[in-house]
Amino acid sequence: MSEPVNHKPVLQRFPEVEWNEAFGTLIVPVAKSSEVATWLRDDESFRLDYCSNVTGIDYLDREFKEKVKNEEGKTETIVHKDPARMEVVYHLYSMEKRTGPLVMKQRLGREKPEAQSLTAVWRSCELQEREIFDLYGIHFIGHPDQRRILMWDEFEGHPMRKDYVEPFDYEWEPTPHDEILEKHQKGKVIF
Amino acid sequence: MTIPNTSPSVELGDTTRAELERAGVIVSKVDFLYNWARGGSVWPLTFGLACCAIEMIASATSRFDISRFGSEVFRPSPRQADLMIVSGTVTKKMAPQVVRIYNQMPEPKWVIAMGACAISGGPFKQGYNVLKGIDRYIPVDVYLPGCPPRPEAVLQSLNYLQVKIRSQDIKSDPAFTEGRRQYPVPKFTGTDLEPPYNPDVWQPPVNPNAPAEEEPQEEAPA
Repeated sequence: MSEPVNHKPVLQRFPEVEWNEAFGTLIVPVAKSSEVATWLRDDESFRLDYCSNVTGIDYLDREFKEKVKNEEGKTETIVHKDPARMEVVYHLYSMEKRTGPLVMKQRLGREKPEAQSLTAVWRSCELQEREIFDLYGIHFIGHPDQRRILMWDEFEGHPMRKDYVEPFDYEWEPTPHDEILEKHQKGKVIF
Repeated sequence: MTIPNTSPSVELGDTTRAELERAGVIVSKVDFLYNWARGGSVWPLTFGLACCAIEMIASATSRFDISRFGSEVFRPSPRQADLMIVSGTVTKKMAPQVVRIYNQMPEPKWVIAMGACAISGGPFKQGYNVLKGIDRYIPVDVYLPGCPPRPEAVLQSLNYLQVKIRSQDIKSDPAFTEGRRQYPVPKFTGTDLEPPYNPDVWQPPVNPNAPAEEEPQEEAPA
């Protein structure tokens, strides 16, 4: 079994990189990500030579409440605001040292999301970054062949985005339920 | 061997027929011979779309052995195949290719829609990228339900297809009268395929309870 990677040398080498303890991920600024990735791959202590998985995440604007006890012992509710953002997640392993995974994220704005392509660092990223471009609409700067991969070229929109609205293609059914029932009512069909 | 009486139009009593058979003469129709031969050598297309394809492949292995029913040779080219087993989810991206392959098959040709997805879209029916049944674009002969169907079910669907083949009339069946049947290949648009279905092959079901004036609304694809 592979052993976990000690992430602390990355933070010493690159002070811009954040470590998110709750998720156990490195959060790398987009501009630096190519440099950090190359270093992670080539550095003697890491040798993360295998990128097993690349995926995207989409977060809309959200608020969440946290209950905290203040000094007097009363519970207070703090409202946290989480701004909308997108993320690209890389899962890295080292075949040589049998360690991993180390999770690395590029965090992007939701308007016009642009990430650095790491295909030059790990060749296995190529198709997965194409898939993220297809389904999330994240542009990868420096990608050798950025085209849609699952949907057809003419397709409009990016279906894995939270605000994607699927086309209204409702047809009558004798026993509608769940989403189809909702479409039923949207289409003002009497049944 | 007793040949069943499949030719009611021939004026031959059963006794006469039996007498003739005893004398070594078999009286039958060309239809019967043609259909018997065709039903016994259905060549399916090597063509899989999703997990149903695994079951289709299993039905060709020695354990289930589809060749016992005369469907031995999976052909890699549509030009040599008689039967298209649409085995699995037909995505909208794949649908034009499926229709194109069907168009390339010579007559007589048959289609088995295998599994819930090929029949109706199955669990992915309301998704943005899955076709709601291959019968929207090409005529389907046998619907084989299951998710996925077991190899035994594949064999049974082949048996049903052979029953259908045996009842074909070569003078009136479209497979023999219309030449090679070809259907328009749908085009990609921004959201869906154009047209969303081939009206010559398939029509959406109509709500029987809908008031008359609201009917066009539900048929118009948005």
